[in-house]
Amino acid sequence: MSQFVFLYRGGERAESPSDAQKQMQRWMTWLKELTEQGHVKDPGQPLDPAGKVVKGKQKIVTDGPYAEKDLVGGYTLIEAQDLTQAVELSRGCPIFDYAGVVEVRPVMKMGG
Amino acid sequence: MDPGEHFFRREAGRITSALTRVFGVSNLALAEDVVQDVLCRALEIWKFHGLPENPSAWLMAAAKHRAIDVLRRERTARTFAPELGRWLETEWTLGPAVDELLEPHAIKDDQLRMMFSCCHPRLPEEAQIALMLQVLCGFSAREIANAFLSTTAAIEKRVARAKKVLAGSKHLFDLGDAAELAARLLAVHRALYLLFSEGYHGAGAESAVRVELCQEAMHLVALLLDHPAGAAPATYALAALMCLHAARMPARLDGSGNLTGFFDQDRSQWDPKLIAEGRRLLELSAAGCEVTEYHVEAAIAGVHASARNAEDTRWKDIITLYDLLMKIRPSPVVALHRAIAIAQDQGPERGLDEIQAIAEKDRLESYPFYAAALGELELRLGRLAAARARFRDALRLARNPTERRFLERRLEACSHSS
Repeated sequence: MSQFVFLYRGGERAESPSDAQKQMQRWMTWLKELTEQGHVKDPGQPLDPAGKVVKGKQKIVTDGPYAEKDLVGGYTLIEAQDLTQAVELSRGCPIFDYAGVVEVRPVMKMGG
Repeated sequence: MDPGEHFFRREAGRITSALTRVFGVSNLALAEDVVQDVLCRALEIWKFHGLPENPSAWLMAAAKHRAIDVLRRERTARTFAPELGRWLETEWTLGPAVDELLEPHAIKDDQLRMMFSCCHPRLPEEAQIALMLQVLCGFSAREIANAFLSTTAAIEKRVARAKKVLAGSKHLFDLGDAAELAARLLAVHRALYLLFSEGYHGAGAESAVRVELCQEAMHLVALLLDHPAGAAPATYALAALMCLHAARMPARLDGSGNLTGFFDQDRSQWDPKLIAEGRRLLELSAAGCEVTEYHVEAAIAGVHASARNAEDTRWKDIITLYDLLMKIRPSPVVALHRAIAIAQDQGPERGLDEIQAIAEKDRLESYPFYAAALGELELRLGRLAAARARFRDALRLARNPTERRFLERRLEACSHSS
C-alpha cells in the first residue's frame, strides 16, 4: 500500500442552507465509504480560507493572494495500491459537482 | 446522528432571528451574512470530522462568537439594535448580554418577533410569505421560485423590497403590546394559511416542493402555538385545519403519481396520526367564543375525516358549515365548494343551479377545477357531450402535468360512461 494526499481545491459556496446540508451529507457518505474500504489513513482537516503568505528572503507577509478556484480547502490522507487506484478513488468526491478539483499527490517514501 | 432533513434550513431561520435581535432589524443583511458564514464553516468542518454531539448548540456557539466579533469591530461604524444599545456598548456587558440574547428561551421570542415583523401591513401577502420563507425558514430565492412557479429574479426582487420595508422599521415587532399583537396575529394567520394553501392547492409543479410548503406552514404554526403570544384559539383552529388536510396527502396521488379526485381517494390511506392531532387541536380551538374561518374550515375537514367515504359523509352538516363560512369570508371558491356539497346531498341538478347562482363566478373562470366541477356534475347527469366540453375547458387551464393528466383521465371517463 502507498499513501496519497487528496488536496481539495476550489469549489462553490453552498447556495442555500439545504444545499449546504446536501453537500455535507454527500461528503460524509463518500468519506465513510472510503473508510469502510480501508482507504482512509487520516480523514484530514479543513483549512480556513483566511491566512497569510510568507514570501521571499525578506519573509514578506501578505494576505493571500488566493484565487478562490485554487484555494486549498482541505486534505485527506489516502492509502491505495498505486496512483491509478488513488485517482479512481478520488472520482467519487462530491467536489466535482461544485466546480472544485481534487489533486492526487503520492507521498514520497523514505526508502526511495 | 442524523440531523434531520431540514436541519440546516431550520437552524438558519433560528439563528437569523436571534442575530437580527442582537444586531437590530436595520442590520438584517449583516445577520444573514453571519449565518451564511457559520453554516459554511460548519459544512467544511463537519464534512471531515462528522457531526458534533449537539449540532444545534455548536452552530449557536459559533454564531455567538461571530456576533461578538462583529459587534466589537463595527461598534463605531454602525448603529445596532437601539433597544439593546447600552448593553452592547461596553466590554463589561457585551459577552453576558449576547449570552442572554442567545438563550434557547430568548430565541423562541425572536422567532415570533420575526414572524410578526414579516407580516408588516405595508407588505402585500405574497411578499410576507416570501420573506418568511427566506428569513425564518432558510429557503433561497431560487428554492422559493421553484415552489411558486416564479423566476428567481422575480422572487429576489420581491424579497429585497420586503427586506427594505422590514429593515426600515425602527425595531422588531414588540410582543408586549397586546392590541398591536392581536391585530398583527390576524395577518400572521392569513399568511400562514395562504402558504399552506399554496402547497396544498397551488399550481406548484413538483409535488415534493408542494409538500415542503405545507410542512413549513405547519412548522411556523407550531412555533406560534409554542408561544403564549401566538397560541390564540384561531391559531389552534389554523393548526387543526392544516393537520386535517395534510392527513389526506398520502391518498392524493396514486401509485403511478396520478392525482386522485377527492371523492375517489382511498381514505384508509389518510394519516390517522394527523387526523387525531387535528381533532385534538380543533378541541383546543374551541376555548374562546370567537368562530373564525379557520374554525369552520377545520370543522369541515373534521366531518370529512370521520366519514368512511363520500357517500357516508354528513353532507347536511357540511352545507351548514359552508353557509357559515360564506358569512365569515365569502368568496367564489367557497361558494363553489358549497355548491359541490349541495350536489352530493341533493343531486347534480341542484348543484348546477347553485353554481349558476354564484356571485362573481367569472372570477372562477381561470380556475381549472371550476370547469372540472361543472364537468363532473354534467357527467353524473349523463350529459356526456356537455361534460366533455367542460373537461376540455378545464384541460386548457391546467397548470401542470399532474393536473393535465388528471383532467385527461376525467375526459376519457366521459367516453366510457353509458
